[in-house]
Amino acid sequence: MPSVGTLAFDEFGRPVLILRGQESKKRLFGIEAHKSHILAGKAVADTLKTSLGPRGMDKCMVSPDGDITITNDGATILSMMHVENEIGKLLVQLSKSQDDEIGDGTTGVVVLAGALLEQAEALLDKGIHPIRIADGYELAAKVALDHLDKIAESYPLDLKNLDPLVNTAMTTLGSKIINRCQRQMAEIAVNAIMNVVDMERRDVNFELIKVQGKVGGRLEDTMLVKGVVVDKTFAHPQMPKEVRNAKIAILTCPFEPPKPKTKHKLDITNVEDYKKLREYEKEKFTEMIKSIKDAGANLVICQWGFDDEANHLLLSQELPAVRWVGGPEIELIAIATGGRIVPRFQELTADKLGFAGHVYELDFGTTSEHMLCIEQCKKSNTCTIFVRGGNKMVVEEAKRALHDALCVVRNLVRDNRIVYGGGACEISCAIEVAKEANKIATIEQYAIRAFADALESVPLALAENSGYSPIKTVADVKSAQIAQNNPSLGIDCLNTGTNDMKSQLVIETLIGKRQQISLATQLVRMILKIDDIRLPGESEE
Amino acid sequence: MRGDLNTALNPIPLYKQGVEEEKSELARLSCFAGAMAVGDLIKTTLGPKGMDKILQCSMSGGPDAGKLLVTNDGATILSKIGIDNPVAKVLVDISKVQDDEVGDGTTSVVVLASELLRETENLLAQKIHPQTVIAGWRKATDEALRVLEGIAKNNSANPEQFRKDLMNIARTTLSSKILQGKKDYFAKLCVDAVLKLHGKTDLQGIQIIKRLGNNMSDSYLEEGFLLEKRIGINMPKRLENARILIANTPMDTDKVKVFGARLKKKKMKDKVNKILQHNCNVFINRQLIYDYPEQLFAEKGVMAIEHADFEGVERLAQVLGGDIVSTFDTPDKVRLGKCDLIEEIIIGEDKLIKFSGVSQGQACTIILRGATQQILDEAERSIHDALCVLSQTVREPRICYGGGAAEMMMATAVSQLAEKTPGKESVAIESFARALRQLPTIIADNAGYDSAELVANLRAAHTAGKSTYGLDMDKGVTADMVDLGIVESYHLKRQVVSSAAEAAEMVLRIDNIIRAPPRQRQRDMRNH
Repeated sequence: MPSVGTLAFDEFGRPVLILRGQESKKRLFGIEAHKSHILAGKAVADTLKTSLGPRGMDKCMVSPDGDITITNDGATILSMMHVENEIGKLLVQLSKSQDDEIGDGTTGVVVLAGALLEQAEALLDKGIHPIRIADGYELAAKVALDHLDKIAESYPLDLKNLDPLVNTAMTTLGSKIINRCQRQMAEIAVNAIMNVVDMERRDVNFELIKVQGKVGGRLEDTMLVKGVVVDKTFAHPQMPKEVRNAKIAILTCPFEPPKPKTKHKLDITNVEDYKKLREYEKEKFTEMIKSIKDAGANLVICQWGFDDEANHLLLSQELPAVRWVGGPEIELIAIATGGRIVPRFQELTADKLGFAGHVYELDFGTTSEHMLCIEQCKKSNTCTIFVRGGNKMVVEEAKRALHDALCVVRNLVRDNRIVYGGGACEISCAIEVAKEANKIATIEQYAIRAFADALESVPLALAENSGYSPIKTVADVKSAQIAQNNPSLGIDCLNTGTNDMKSQLVIETLIGKRQQISLATQLVRMILKIDDIRLPGESEE
Repeated sequence: MRGDLNTALNPIPLYKQGVEEEKSELARLSCFAGAMAVGDLIKTTLGPKGMDKILQCSMSGGPDAGKLLVTNDGATILSKIGIDNPVAKVLVDISKVQDDEVGDGTTSVVVLASELLRETENLLAQKIHPQTVIAGWRKATDEALRVLEGIAKNNSANPEQFRKDLMNIARTTLSSKILQGKKDYFAKLCVDAVLKLHGKTDLQGIQIIKRLGNNMSDSYLEEGFLLEKRIGINMPKRLENARILIANTPMDTDKVKVFGARLKKKKMKDKVNKILQHNCNVFINRQLIYDYPEQLFAEKGVMAIEHADFEGVERLAQVLGGDIVSTFDTPDKVRLGKCDLIEEIIIGEDKLIKFSGVSQGQACTIILRGATQQILDEAERSIHDALCVLSQTVREPRICYGGGAAEMMMATAVSQLAEKTPGKESVAIESFARALRQLPTIIADNAGYDSAELVANLRAAHTAGKSTYGLDMDKGVTADMVDLGIVESYHLKRQVVSSAAEAAEMVLRIDNIIRAPPRQRQRDMRNH
């Protein structure tokens, strides 16, 4: 009976309740708690294992409303898996934090954590105390991270030659469905980043890159628009569909005659007053349009709507306008065109206008849907990746994959050190960690050795997903790494005939890998330290 | 070992209650089952001898309750049937995209995707890894699209030949629909309508008006423009040399409540006078025209038409070449629409307003007649399909041959590629060719011919280099499609192949389906 420990007895042998409602609460502690954690962690990791690597498979998620998501992205899978188990939830968080911090490697980090938990189980059975295991892992992770720094190579970051960056982005995209047009997508991602990169701060503002999807066409039709794409059309059907050398007034005030609001008190006692009011309305409105005209604008983008009369006046004044443009898009347009967002008509001046060389409407297929494309902006460092694809699910997945690729390129801009993928750096670390293990005198050495084994889980999974005999393949690569002293040997997932990841151009960022190892270790440490779970029982009602 | 026993007997729930998970083989099985079910459901509608389906909307609730629908259109069928299988939903989605993108080929794309998946079932049974199959498919898709581009012909430089192509495309599209009996007539109708758009793909300019009664062959293309509205009372019913002001303005009382009808009348009278300053004799408004201004217009002998909806007003502006006006202070700047004659005509039981002799004929109206509502609806869908394909062809004028010729051509090329490719991928490439060959097979099956014989003949013809050969479903033989004029748009075929391959690939990559419990619907108690 696991719950006996919470009962105490007084001198007459009557039980004293310490916790409220404890008989209805569930509780697990001690070794059972550990075992149950490990089991849950392993189950989550096993689900994700098959998604790892270029030969990994996708998962199909059906939401409560029956919508379908098909994805290969670890973080997305986990967030939609409806995991209820507490430890499972921790793993979901783990993958999410990898996603937030690095953007890629969300599957790998969970697989590694799962493997560490699996190894811990064997050690627990040997009778090693969980804290000792956790400490051992900590030591081992440090060794592995140091080793990663040692084998990492500095990578050329040259704005003129983007090929190395493209290769890294291609490694990320390799496992996604869009690897059909891997090179094209990778180039799009790199160009997008290069467009907005701030080389002095070595950082990238993601706000400036918008990924917009639209079903139809083929994946190959995906393109990078150096400007902004807005899902809107010109307000009046007879306005010109194309504006060249547009000077844009960006307004956040309603473009309509000042209407008396209910709260205002307005006394109209006779016909004259009413006439005056009408005159005033009209005057006000002509004034508005005049002020825009005077400022020199030839395109109005407005956050609010304008009524039919305004619409026609704009048309007759030959002032094309776009209405109901959302807040974030207004900001993007403002940044792109170098204009200022104008909250009141009075404040509109010529220097607050934005400039775009070419504004035009795109139309699609047989549906009468249009999008507005703003190109050749003054500050052309905003860009939009416009994703096309044969169905909704592909477009969504392509957007996620491109996000990953963007993140990886950004990481390279931040820190241009790289390691080789395809399991190469994991195997190299495993060898190093195992070597270190022998030098440790205490029982932690078992934990460190276990850590080395766990590191191999990534190449093992890669080999398994690629249809090789996992253990044999990994053993071959491992011995080759030791014999040749070459840390860039990995699993040849695509069967190209060479194990050298350097020549296969399978490249991952150092920070991504570092983050994977340290996050996974941290989480496993935390799980190992839990020895008691209490669940609120079913409520009485 | 009490601990272990305890864990074993108390399984740890990983998911929320009600979450279902299907793994590897099981997941794949349910994928294929779903895809094939959808494919089988829809494949009988393929081709000129394909059959229609009746769809009956559920009897409970909704505006369409109990409504009957007879159709041959893949996208329509799939969008109306409720589907639970996730993979089936992917297929429904590609047919919808095909509909939005090209307008036709919605059945073909689903059938091709489901045939590809059917082939895969065998490949997986031979222990070929899905990713290997995908790699093979990609090569096959590239090869197929390359060949397709190679045979695509562009006749747009020669207007006469191009028009003939358009006629052929329209005829091919319509031949599988309810209009096939009158396909020459309707093909001409559609081509005329699309050519009026002058290269624009926006089909809003073509209005389709359905009226019950008479015979389908009484349908016609109205050169002018028809508006489904009535002319106000006491106004001229026939007007020559009309000068038309198209407006979008409130002609009802002001929003601010003021005392005294006199004021309102005054304001309205001002407005009407201003409108009359435009020297127009017809006034068409998107919004309502109240009795009083209507009366004023009638006094001046101006025809006033109220409540023309958004689309109507926009089309009118396109046809008549006028501006849509909302303010009336600058009469000299406003372009008025012009037409030679406005009259009220009667189709069936309804009165319509006809504008003939219009200056800019960028819009037109097709009037469909038919015996039942179902026939009318299906005819509208067919016409819409044809119009879509035609307008897309005007933009991308390349064509290729139908009747299974293009598919067989691609299949032959893909088969040759398979023979040259070493490794397991070759098997996958061959399976792609088989799936492509299924399309002519199904067309022949649906027509009740000996498909095995016919397709084998067709294959032999293609291998012998007669790449324009296809199936003649009237006689049940293989024949040269050039002579029969069975032509399809290249854009359509390309989209079918690439989109089906994309979807099949996506489905094949799935090895795990996680299904969340359906959201519990709270009963809406507000009405009770």
